[in-house]
Amino acid sequence: MNKILATFFWLMFSMPSFAQDVAPDALVKGVTLEVVELIAKDKEIKSGNRAKLVSVIEAKVLPHFNFTAMTALAMGQNWGKSSPEQKKRLTEEFRTLLVRTYASALAAYSAQKFDFRPLRAKPTDTDVTVNVRVLQPGAQPVTIDYSMEKTANGWKCYDVMVAGVSLVANYRTEFANTVRNSSIDGLIKDLQTKNKSLAEKK
Amino acid sequence: MRLVLLVLLAALGGCATTGEERDPRDPFEGFNRGVYQFNETFDVYLAQPVARAYVAVLHQEIRSRVGNFFSNIQDIFIGVNNFLQGKFENGVNDWARFTFNSTIGLLGIHDVASDMGLEKHNEDFGQTFGRWGAPPGPYLILPFLSSSTVRDATGTAIDWWVAPLTEVRPIALRNTLYGVYFVNTRADLLEAGRILEEAALDKYVFQRDAYFQRRRSLIYDGSPPREKLE
Repeated sequence: MNKILATFFWLMFSMPSFAQDVAPDALVKGVTLEVVELIAKDKEIKSGNRAKLVSVIEAKVLPHFNFTAMTALAMGQNWGKSSPEQKKRLTEEFRTLLVRTYASALAAYSAQKFDFRPLRAKPTDTDVTVNVRVLQPGAQPVTIDYSMEKTANGWKCYDVMVAGVSLVANYRTEFANTVRNSSIDGLIKDLQTKNKSLAEKK
Repeated sequence: MRLVLLVLLAALGGCATTGEERDPRDPFEGFNRGVYQFNETFDVYLAQPVARAYVAVLHQEIRSRVGNFFSNIQDIFIGVNNFLQGKFENGVNDWARFTFNSTIGLLGIHDVASDMGLEKHNEDFGQTFGRWGAPPGPYLILPFLSSSTVRDATGTAIDWWVAPLTEVRPIALRNTLYGVYFVNTRADLLEAGRILEEAALDKYVFQRDAYFQRRRSLIYDGSPPREKLE
């Protein structure tokens, strides 16, 4: 009995460190397939329940993203000019927006087949790109590239490129414009308004 | 003619309203935003409703056959562009695709080549000029066709000029094919348009940045030299 308990505890505590050792490409593949399967099985999500889809993504996908890094990259020079409180709120709002966009994209592509490309990186690399392709009949595959960084808590994604378009880079100009034309607080307000209007839509 | 006037009027309206900081890649932003507005209006009131009706009436299976038909014709010049860029293996691949799809695939409606492992490519004259070293030049919003640049618009003009579709006679049949092509293409983009709408704070800016990134990626066939963000 004690042995079983001991094994149980050993398993429980060794799990997190196991998760850290998962290779980035295996991580992307595992999470993608798990989420796609969840979506395929769930009748409510399939019939358009956006809130439920968002909650699935929050539980399964979010832990593997570094939103502070993403927000910092999207803010560029203005990140250094933001107060800790502003940084926190920017990250929260940007996160909400990205999760929503990701949910829409996933809902649109979940019926397609995925092709997980082998990782082209050295085992010692701490910053890699994981390539996934969404195969669609009669058209060039859509590429999804996850930029991932090794951290103490495992690999974390800090940018997603869809069809060659980096999400983070794409927000850079928008953010910079808004900050220049109003202020950092103005940008936070714009993001809040945007998120609110999206939440009200469904 | 009346349409051209409308576009110009809309563009002038755009000129009058924007006078803020300019993106160096987009010196004609005022003009572009005018045409953009015109395109948006056209899209919301005509193109989108027609595309939605098309989706509602025709089953996905048939729509994808229609897409395959046009996609197959385009493979001829996708191949030409691959040859012009020195990618001979890809060019041969594209022409093999056209050969198999036009015959076994029944005039292209079945993409049998993809099942045989011959991958579809994305090339056009704008990309070829880019590969040859031509810079994109100023950003342009074209009426109906939306995002482009001086380089890519020149490419698009050539794409259309050489397109086998333009040779189709009688004219009525050619125009019908044009119409089906545009509606089918717009229908394919309905979902992407909705995502763009959700993601962007300023759709014009978001779309412009995405266009530059996308074209750069296409010119390098999906693996452009990595730009490290700071």
